[in-house]
Amino acid sequence: MRRTVIDWARELYEDLDFTAVHGWLDDHPGARAGGYLPVYVPREILHACGFLPVGIHGAGDRMEIIRGDAFYQSYICHLPRSVIELAQSGRLDMLSAVLFPSTCDVIRNLSGIWKLLYPDVYVRYIDLPQVPEPETAAAFYETELRHLVRDLAAVSDRLPSDADLRRSIALYNEMRAVVRDLYAVRRQRPWDIPTEELYLLLRAGEVVPAEAFIEQARRYLAAVEADPGRPRDNSRVVVVGAFCEQPPLGLIKSIERAGCYVVNDDFVLGTRFLGTNVSLDGDPVRTLADAFVNAELRTSVRYEGDACGKRRLMKEQVEASGAEGVIFAAPSFCDPALLDQPMLRGGAESAGLPCIAFKYSENTGQFQQFREQAGTFADSLKLWNAGAA
Amino acid sequence: MSRTQVLKDRSMVLQKEMIARHFARLEQAPERHEPVVYTFVPGNLTELIRSFDALPVLPEINALQSGMRKLSGDYIAEAERSGHSEDVCAYVKCDIGMAKAGNIGPAGTKLPKPDLLLLSYTGCYTFMKWFELLREEYDCPAVFFHVPYQGDGALEPEHREYMIRQLREQVIPALERVTGRAYDEDRLRQNLALSALAEDDLVAVLQSAKRKPSPIDGYFGTVYYVGPMFSAFRGTEEGVEYYRALREEVEARADAGLGPIVPDGSLDEQRYRLVVEGPPSWTHFRDFWKMFTDEKAVVVASTYTKVGGTYDFGFRHDPRDPLGTLADYCSGCYTNLNLPSRVEMIARYIREYEADGFVINSIKSCNSFSAGQLMILREVEKRSGVPGAFIESDLVDPRYFSQANIKNRLESYFQMIESRRRGAAAGGGGAAA
Repeated sequence: MRRTVIDWARELYEDLDFTAVHGWLDDHPGARAGGYLPVYVPREILHACGFLPVGIHGAGDRMEIIRGDAFYQSYICHLPRSVIELAQSGRLDMLSAVLFPSTCDVIRNLSGIWKLLYPDVYVRYIDLPQVPEPETAAAFYETELRHLVRDLAAVSDRLPSDADLRRSIALYNEMRAVVRDLYAVRRQRPWDIPTEELYLLLRAGEVVPAEAFIEQARRYLAAVEADPGRPRDNSRVVVVGAFCEQPPLGLIKSIERAGCYVVNDDFVLGTRFLGTNVSLDGDPVRTLADAFVNAELRTSVRYEGDACGKRRLMKEQVEASGAEGVIFAAPSFCDPALLDQPMLRGGAESAGLPCIAFKYSENTGQFQQFREQAGTFADSLKLWNAGAA
Repeated sequence: MSRTQVLKDRSMVLQKEMIARHFARLEQAPERHEPVVYTFVPGNLTELIRSFDALPVLPEINALQSGMRKLSGDYIAEAERSGHSEDVCAYVKCDIGMAKAGNIGPAGTKLPKPDLLLLSYTGCYTFMKWFELLREEYDCPAVFFHVPYQGDGALEPEHREYMIRQLREQVIPALERVTGRAYDEDRLRQNLALSALAEDDLVAVLQSAKRKPSPIDGYFGTVYYVGPMFSAFRGTEEGVEYYRALREEVEARADAGLGPIVPDGSLDEQRYRLVVEGPPSWTHFRDFWKMFTDEKAVVVASTYTKVGGTYDFGFRHDPRDPLGTLADYCSGCYTNLNLPSRVEMIARYIREYEADGFVINSIKSCNSFSAGQLMILREVEKRSGVPGAFIESDLVDPRYFSQANIKNRLESYFQMIESRRRGAAAGGGGAAA
């Protein structure tokens, strides 16, 4: 059972032709597919407007980039060039809308490129309410989301009622709950849920209907409970910095095989941006806006209103996940992750937490150096803890 | 080009004196109990800050000045030693390095610590991280002012209301707290009226480049011209006086048929008229400029000189609507415009200033400008029919200025324009590059 689920997820992850999305569109005449870039967009709104939400996470290490490199200089991160490569090769032609959240200036400017290249596709840059005052922020974001509802409905010719929006919110609440369960089990028993498998599941959930993901994730959890594994003498680490451009799967495997249990991470972070259920009471658009503004998640793409927040963040994450150290794994040229790193690492080291840092690209093909670095780190954590005992 | 004795125009003397006075005042600010507000050039609220008798400090200006004075390399190295990545904005690292080295500003005087970080989040993601970092450095209060990005090419009325609400409910109270003074709207209106006067004169200067020969350089020379407007002097009598003097000088040069003052004298003979997109390389500013003037190329318009406001497209601060006009100003700064708007702006400059071509100086560590510039290159070529050149350098990191490489590319580019001219003359037309 477990292997079946992971094979299903791996096939979806590896399929750069988005066969599942095409299949869904074939099965739902008149329906639309709407893409979104990292890190967070409210998928509920796409869903309520009759779209299949499709996460656009680049091509990883599975595609040679030719056309994409003609759009970006060497000192821009890799994600947008592989997204352009996917688009220019026709693989994203099925998208009637593409949403670009306020993640960084590269994603922001990619929205402008999209407008120029694909004038027939609905393109929306979604500004995030960065102001720390909740009421001002929620009012602004509510306006942005209402605008989005109106525009998407015009594309799909399906204006959702409040009841439609609540149904979509309830569905994605369920999806978030399953993801929370997966993360909770991994945190408690990382030997039972390897991060490689968890990651594949999350990526599968980016291209299939929420219902399909929920069903498969529950089957996976049931299989894990039915066949528990045995703990190894691995070190528990938090991985930070990979919230936008995703690491190649080989990098995640390398960290694990080097003797690390990843007990918290920020891979595919949009799936956990809202850490709790969104209320089904009241105006659904406003509740979505409130849920974002009040979300406890702190990450590089949001302004940190607390002057000491960055310094404390790693200590809090390590304590909450029972980790022993932090791996800063950021994509090359990633402004959000790399500009945050001195603050996060400074706070971690002040708290006595062991750290290492490396950079990757989504198409990194050589993992030996990461494995050696992570292996040495895992060994040092054991020695550190032995010494502390 | 005629080689003449370099004389300082009255406006240059005025600007130098204004800046020296400002930095001297900043140095004395702690003793005089004058509050200091750090903020950014795009979306700066100078009139509002000044209405509280506070002094603005612009970290980007300090960083670029450090670049011009060959100090930035050491500052960046200092920041990288303390954990900052080589991949990120060189302005940030230069600023952090400068702070760690004692915070001696561009005038050689010590800069005071901020009493408030006014984070005007306008057109650049890095601004957010920059002030999170400075907040740790200085342990002072910060206030966030979010300017929505013009993703669809224009802002909606509710975006404007959102900005006004933030000004009213967050920014003004924060300024009241740190200055101990009450908000004085009449004073703000007076400052805004002064800004509008100076802006009229600045626009006349910018648009003088439509003349042939152009009496100004719209990029290398204009970064000096916009200095007071983009930094501490909008909304001041000094600013009005400076721009009046500058306008008179430029109009006199234009009437006399003279070109701009450039590193080697007056560029009266102008072989190429260009538009430039992107910031200059500050560490090699003079060398970079000379690559253009050696070829008798004058820049007639540029986008970088609009990061602190797009006045030449009609915007003026309006004292009748003090908070609304600040919101309008912030949202219209160049880096807050989406790519299609940037493309349209460059194509319009090429058309209206009758440019022979355009040059994109792509900055390694500035994604707000650089991400998408290759798309801009091809779109502008397509729309304007003139060829573009693409060169690469950095703001203030001297490691990324390759003089020979840039010079070769520019020389090839000028040869290409020349050959197109010959082709057009021979065949009565020419295809776009």
